[in-house]
Formats: sequence, C-alpha cells, structure tokens
Amino acid sequence: MLVDELSLSTGHDDLPDSEGDNFIQLIAPDGRRRENVEFDPWVLDVSDEQLASLYQDMVVIRRIDTEATYLQRQGELALWPPLLGQEAAQIGSGRALREDDFVFPSYRENGVAYCRGVNLGDIVRVWRGNAHSGWDPYELNMATPQVIIGAQSLHATGYAMGIKNDDSDAVALTYFGDGATSQGDVNEAMVFAASFQVPVIFFCQNNQWAISEPVGLQARVHISSRAPGFGIPSIRVDGNDVLAVLAATRMAMHRARTGGGPTFIEAVTYRMGPHTTADDPTRYRDKAEMDQWAAKDPISRLEALLKSRGVLTPELELSVTAKADAVAREMREACINMPAPAPMDVFSHVYSEPNLALDTQKENYARYLQSFAADHVEGTNQ
Amino acid sequence: MSTMTFGRAINAGLRKALEDDPKVILLGEDIGKLGGVFRVTDGLQKDFGSHRVVDTPLAEAGIMGCAVGLAYRGYRPVVEIQFDGFIYPAFDQIVCQVAKLHYRTQGKVTMPITIRVPFGGGIGSPEHHSESPEAYFTHTSGLRVVAVSNPQDAYSMLRQAIASNDPVLYFEPKRRYHIKGEVTEHPEPGNGLALGSAQVVTRGGDITLVTYGPLVRTALDAATAAADDGVSVEVIDLRSLSPIDFDTVETSVRKTGRLVIAHEASQSGGLGAEIATTITERCFNYLEAPPVRITGFDIPYPPSKLESHHLPDLDRILDGVDRALGRQNSLSAWERDRDDH
Repeated sequence: MLVDELSLSTGHDDLPDSEGDNFIQLIAPDGRRRENVEFDPWVLDVSDEQLASLYQDMVVIRRIDTEATYLQRQGELALWPPLLGQEAAQIGSGRALREDDFVFPSYRENGVAYCRGVNLGDIVRVWRGNAHSGWDPYELNMATPQVIIGAQSLHATGYAMGIKNDDSDAVALTYFGDGATSQGDVNEAMVFAASFQVPVIFFCQNNQWAISEPVGLQARVHISSRAPGFGIPSIRVDGNDVLAVLAATRMAMHRARTGGGPTFIEAVTYRMGPHTTADDPTRYRDKAEMDQWAAKDPISRLEALLKSRGVLTPELELSVTAKADAVAREMREACINMPAPAPMDVFSHVYSEPNLALDTQKENYARYLQSFAADHVEGTNQ
Repeated sequence: MSTMTFGRAINAGLRKALEDDPKVILLGEDIGKLGGVFRVTDGLQKDFGSHRVVDTPLAEAGIMGCAVGLAYRGYRPVVEIQFDGFIYPAFDQIVCQVAKLHYRTQGKVTMPITIRVPFGGGIGSPEHHSESPEAYFTHTSGLRVVAVSNPQDAYSMLRQAIASNDPVLYFEPKRRYHIKGEVTEHPEPGNGLALGSAQVVTRGGDITLVTYGPLVRTALDAATAAADDGVSVEVIDLRSLSPIDFDTVETSVRKTGRLVIAHEASQSGGLGAEIATTITERCFNYLEAPPVRITGFDIPYPPSKLESHHLPDLDRILDGVDRALGRQNSLSAWERDRDDH
C-alpha cells in the first residue's frame, strides 16, 4: 500500500472487511456449524451439554451486565462498563483457562471474572466506589480492573517471565481492546514476550470502538497482523463465536504450556452498548452499523445452533433464565447491602510498612473528625 | 569490614541479596555481560545466570511493567534505570502501578520493587544524564525514596530497600561512584541505621545544613571551611527523602535556630520547600532566621560546560550559610540598596 493511500482518511469505512474467511469461525451468525480442519480438533471434546453450558454462561453474564446497568441508572453504582456483545469473546476465552493460570484484565472483563468464580457483589464493588479492587487477585488468580489502557499487558508478560523461571506450565493471559494496541505498553509487552519466549497470551477484544474512536484510527491493517512483526504468532477469530474463541484460546494455551511462547489473539467483536454508562454512542455511530452487528449477536447464533440440535428445549430455556435472574438478584442484594468503607480507611494500605509521615496525617485527621463530635456535644449542652 | 568504592559496595549489596533470596531478580539495560554502564553489576550475570540478572530490551516502561508482573508472581525485582533522565518512559508504570497496587488491592498485592537510579550531575555528560528527578517520586504516595551518600549506606540501604515490601526508589550519586569507604557487610538485610532515618554526620551548634546524595560530601567540606571561619555547622544527611525524618532535623534546628537546605534538583516544588515549610511549622519559635535553600536553578539541566554554575558547590553553600547567619553575603549589598529606596 502506498503512503498517500494510507494518509487519505482515518475513517472507519476504509477498514478491511472483517468478515468471512478473514477469521476463524466455527458457528456462523445463523447458527450453522462450519467445519475448520485446523481448529475443530481443539473443540472435539465439547459436547452439546457443554455447548449449552457455554450458552448459559453467556446469558448469565449478559444478565449481570443488564442488572449492573440498571443499578447504575438507579444510583447504586457510580459507573458501569458494559460488556454487551462481547459475551462469546469473554466466555470462550475465560472457559479455556486453568485454575493456576493468571488473568490480567482491563476494566471490561466482568464476564471473565464470572468464569473465575468471583463473588457477585465483588464484581460491582469497584463501580459502586467502595474500593479500587473488588476481589483478592490471588483468590481468583485474576488481577482487578486495570484502568490505565494497556498497562496490564506488561504485567502479564512479567508474570509469565516468573512462570518460566519457576518451570511451571501455567499461562498468563491479558485482555485489552483495540484502542490499547496503540499504547506503547502493549507494543513493549510484545517485544519482551517475544524476546524471552514467555507463556503469555495477548487477547485483544477488537470491539470496533475506543469510546468514540473507530478502530480505523488505531490501525490501518488488521490488528492481528501486527503481532507477527514482533515474532509472535497471531490468530484472528470471530469474537462473537464462543466455540471459535474457545478453540483459538486452547490452541494458544497449548503453545504457551509446551514452551512455544506467546500468542496474539484478535477476537473480532462489537461493543453493542456504550463505552460506559456515562457515554452516549448515538453521537458517533449510526443505527445501520448497530443493526448490522445485532444480526451477528453471539448469543442468538448459539441459541440457533442448540435449537437445531434439539438441545435448547423450553425447559432448558426456563432454567437458564431462572439461573440468570437468580444471579442478578444475588448481585443486586450484595450491591445494595454492601457496607460503606469507614472514613479512616482512606489511609489504609498506602504502604505495607509503617510510615511516620503518613501516620502523622492520619492521626491529625482523626483528631479533626473527633473535633466535630466535641462541637456537637458542646452545642447540645448549650 | 573492608574498604571499597561506592560502586563496589552496591555490587556487594546486590550479590548478597541474590545469594540470600532466590526471588531477587535484576532487570536492566546492559547489566549483564557489560556489568552496567557504570560496572555496578559487574560479574553478577556470570555468577547468577541470565535468568536472574536479565539484560532487557531498551524500553523502560517495559522493564518497569514486567517488574510489576514479576512482583505479582512473588519475585523481588531490582530494576536498574541506566541514567536519571531515562526514567520518564517508566513514569506511568511507577506512578500508576508500582506506587498504587498495594493501596488498590487493599494490601493483597505487594510491590517489593527496588528501582536503582544513578542520579545527579558533575560528570560532564550530554543532556539527560545528569538530572535529579527525586521530587517527582517523593510527591507520589506509595513509594519510598532514598538517596545514598557513602559506601556503607550504599550497601546497607540497598539491602534494606530490597528487603522492604514497599517499592523503593534508590538514588545513587553517580559522581561519587569512585569514592572509597569502610563497609561492614551486614549479614542480615535489616542491620544498620533504619532505612527511614536521617543521620547527623557532623555535629555543630550554629547552623543546621540539610542535604542528601552527592552534596553530602560538599556539605562536609563546607562545614570544615566554615569551622575555619569560626562557624559550627551541623550537617544532616537526609538519607530517606520519602518519608523524611523530620524529628532529626527538628531536634537540630531547635538547637541551632538556623537552617540551610541544599540539593542539586531545581528549587521550585523541590524537597527544600517541603523541609523549610515543615520545619517552620514545627519550630517557628526557635528560628533565628528564615530557612535558606541552595539548589539547582529552575532550568533544564544545562550543557556540561555550564553545569558548575548550576550545581550548588562549596562556595554557594557557604554563601547560604552566611545568609542564614545574617552575615555579609552575596545579596547583602543588593538588599541594602533595595531597603534604602
């Protein structure tokens, strides 16, 4: 491609087609099962029952997502970053993980946290403003939401350096979006990962939008085509196809576990909702585009496949809905009943060891707070 | 106890840490075969292997971010930033991750990372090789910041920094690497004066001179020169820049009533401002004169042919001492003229 062709526009429309044979797809948007000689072997063991289980996972995390959005609208959460539309990318990869693998997510991987067994209230703790972390990273083997775009890709790479030094066959997997691929951190992470051949997977959910900026502003080529330039094998997969994502992640996992080093996965998906509940996507994208992606919904295609096989019976549909409702209810109750942090918690855990300067500020603030109590007593006495 | 150079003392501290704890891992540019551009890591890769003394790609954010990941995995990384002026690409990872992860995770994740930074001027280098960026880091909660001034501290404080579960910026004055001193190689990392303590390095009754890192030696020379002039200077080596041991400074200033602070870093928003303010708050009634700061100017680090004008030297420090004592100094005539009008 000529340089002047590249500089013509940064528009979304100029992007290469993200359809068809340009990525791995095992389930077509209409629910048809497509054969793939390279990737089918990675999901041969996936029974209809297991497919139904993946379906249930996706329905549940969509329900979690919807409930969290409601909670934000009702003033119970300060903010929520929806994952709507990215269920297959998160469940397909999240269910490929082993317990001793370690996940370094961005802030949108609440579906992955669900796969890791997170307590439901802990999902929303950060977004309620009660804490900067909802869970203990070592209990889930998953770091808590990373807000600095792409920073976690380096953490995963360093963690994988540690795995390699420990002679373990665990894997570090990091999630980030299309926007993050423009960050220096992600590119440096790929340099380090390739040089040291460490067991890390770079899982990019290309959801087409970085807030209001289309992926065409981040990359003039397929994002997956960058990794080979770093010496990292790359897979471009239909991110709305849970089976294809599972297959691709399993393949990358196997490579990492057996000393084959890093893999880059671009999961082509779509952020059907806003960037966060504070965003208004109608200002920058049109209905036609959203309709086009609605037709490729990750849940409805699996629903179609399962129905065609007679697996998704009305009874199963009822039980999946009941499960999703129960999860949503539990999360809502945990959210609403979450105790607020105590004022003096503001000073907690800045350092792991005593710090005289900070302790002085803490003691003086305690005296300040106590002074109001004293005033109140004096006022009552008068 | 043995005599060794500053650089060799750091090397000995790194070697002991590598021997004692298999989780200690060194990361940096050129620290392997070359032994670092200052030879501080000389011989360590040969003895401990390239998986523990790791030559990294040339990307400071990458080094720091990988150190964070290693710390997540239970390692105790010691990062070498080749020169002070090269630390800025890593600034985001230091400020947003290294400093905040313990707070973010309510203490679940510790960041026992030591970041070694050769700092300061006086070696005739091109741009970006002579900076004093410590105040950026003392302003960042969650980090500890130390600056070492002599071979014994270089050894002991490095051991303590590596043993600390909190992240430590460890500033080493590159123009002092060659100076020699007696070093006791403590068997345990906790031995020696506490990491957070300042040290009175010479006693005096007339004035308190607070400094750290490369200027401690200059301050001691100034104290000797002042003594010839009948002025008794108490020199305090701050050692820890965050937190600052204000108790030691306060005790001294209550005795002398006068305070001079010297650092190579620029004046505005620097450590001198913090020390002057806090000491004024804590011992206003004991002060005989306003605190005086002798610092680098508020300029980008100048070309090496001009650096002697920027760096506080013995004469500028003595001029500041005279000013704090109300004696004839470089501003006296100007102040008289100003007051006459």
